Amino acid sequence: MSTKPSSTYLPAGLPIPVAEADDLSAPYWAGLRQNRLMVQHCTRCQTWQFGPEWLCHRCHTFDPQWVEVELRGRIFSWERIWHPSHSALRQHGPYVAVLVELPQAGGVRMVGNLLGDAMQVVVIGAEVEGVFEHHHDADPPYSLLQWRCREAGRNSVDINPAPSFEESRT
Amino acid sequence: MARADRTLRGRVAVVGIGETEYDRHGASPDPEFKLALKAILATCEDAGLDPREIDGFASYSDDRSEASRLAAALGTRRLRAATMQWGGGGGGCCAAVANAAASIVGGLADCVVVFRSLAQGQYGRFGQTTGIDTISGEKAYLMPYGVLAPPQRFAMRVRRYMHEHGVRQEALRAIALASYHHAQANPRAVMYGKPLDAAKYDASRWIAEPFHLYDCCMENDGAAALLVVAEERAGDFRHKPVYVLGAAVGSGYRTGAIPHNSPLYASASFDTVAPDLYRMAGLGPADVGVVQCYENFTGGVVMALAEHGFFKPEEANDFLRLENLVAPFGRLPLNTSGGNLAECYMHGFELLLEAVRQVRGTSTSQVKRNDVAMVIGGPMVTPVSNLLLASEETL
Repeated sequence: MSTKPSSTYLPAGLPIPVAEADDLSAPYWAGLRQNRLMVQHCTRCQTWQFGPEWLCHRCHTFDPQWVEVELRGRIFSWERIWHPSHSALRQHGPYVAVLVELPQAGGVRMVGNLLGDAMQVVVIGAEVEGVFEHHHDADPPYSLLQWRCREAGRNSVDINPAPSFEESRT
Repeated sequence: MARADRTLRGRVAVVGIGETEYDRHGASPDPEFKLALKAILATCEDAGLDPREIDGFASYSDDRSEASRLAAALGTRRLRAATMQWGGGGGGCCAAVANAAASIVGGLADCVVVFRSLAQGQYGRFGQTTGIDTISGEKAYLMPYGVLAPPQRFAMRVRRYMHEHGVRQEALRAIALASYHHAQANPRAVMYGKPLDAAKYDASRWIAEPFHLYDCCMENDGAAALLVVAEERAGDFRHKPVYVLGAAVGSGYRTGAIPHNSPLYASASFDTVAPDLYRMAGLGPADVGVVQCYENFTGGVVMALAEHGFFKPEEANDFLRLENLVAPFGRLPLNTSGGNLAECYMHGFELLLEAVRQVRGTSTSQVKRNDVAMVIGGPMVTPVSNLLLASEETL
């Protein structure tokens, strides 16, 4: 578990994401560990696909390729969450989750948190950029992709540095 | 034969309904399986049927009260149908009735009990998620970000719909007020004697914006059941038979694309399912006298009613006013027992019983136009399902 609670958006103790037993999403989670956002892209029909599946939903080619995608998107929807549905959030107060669409990846959508003041005004359509959030000390270690408004600063920043390649391979 | 010529319309009838006492989660003195047995026996009593004549069970949402155990416990003479509707949480409540009807029309069974038994106090509340170490699949993309329980999983869908169509918070509030209004006349309701008004709603805490506390369903313990038989036998029981006029199940193109990647995101998943229902029933929204619509969250009701053609999304603010939604004379009386918000979260099955009561004429908030009653199950999930019930005169 993280010893630096201020380095992550939400407190430690929430469920840890892992790939399925058949490893369908393993390239996605491994990518986040290495500061890379990976999304499936069909080389035959150029369809983007997220979440992952064993075949392209458009042309039925198996095992769509995983390609790296730029860390920018647009807020498609949002919610400010007040009620703690987990004991780790009991004293935490409100936080914001956003649904971000990625125009450069066929408009696929991803859920993350919107960094910054939980009471900020959230605008659907606002431009956001991705920020990796590494949980090195969790067991097993994992990484998330968070978002922040581009107006707040345009330089990509890691909340925690990425693990070395050797470390992340295990 | 084309699908449009194969139909459940008028082929089966609901001839018995029954439920246990409805309790707050953790308050039921009975184990969940015992609740199922009690609801089924109450249903047979209502119909005037020897429970040993049941030859099929249908349920949904992976109900733990398994068909073969029920058949053994009740000593039914034989088992002919045991159907479980895949996935979708409460989206299967009407589908379970459709599956029972299909079993009967297809000649597999004669006398099918459809039920849901759910004691959240005994097996875990839907609204709490503590105790999970690692997670994979859809929830892995959500839970680490604090998108844990159903309110958080559905709030962004509703927010997007409100954004696209200019729907205001007051429209959601009217749906909560209608359920609580009707619960005050219903002694079975968990919220009986606990009225809600606009000021109390507005002052209630946020769960996940745009959902206040009163936009969210309860978490309860109980069981409910109904009995379906072929139309030839419909007149052999104690009460006026209530016929299945139509049913539909499913969802549209890639509704199941996780996480939150369904192409038609701001939707209750009825874009294809509502037209299927009306086609089988041979009628339209103007013919429906009363609606029971599954309220996991009020915002899902707004979308579901629009997708069933009762108003256009842009008309939601005007249509969804309390006076339009209450029995006996509202334009569209809604959730007349109190529903998931205020009667009992019986995973939508209480809505089916209420629709039967409306057609029978025995609701605690009886409507005048009760010849055709609609039930809508599980907005925003997949698969969803819906049902039209009707009196014999309507056939």
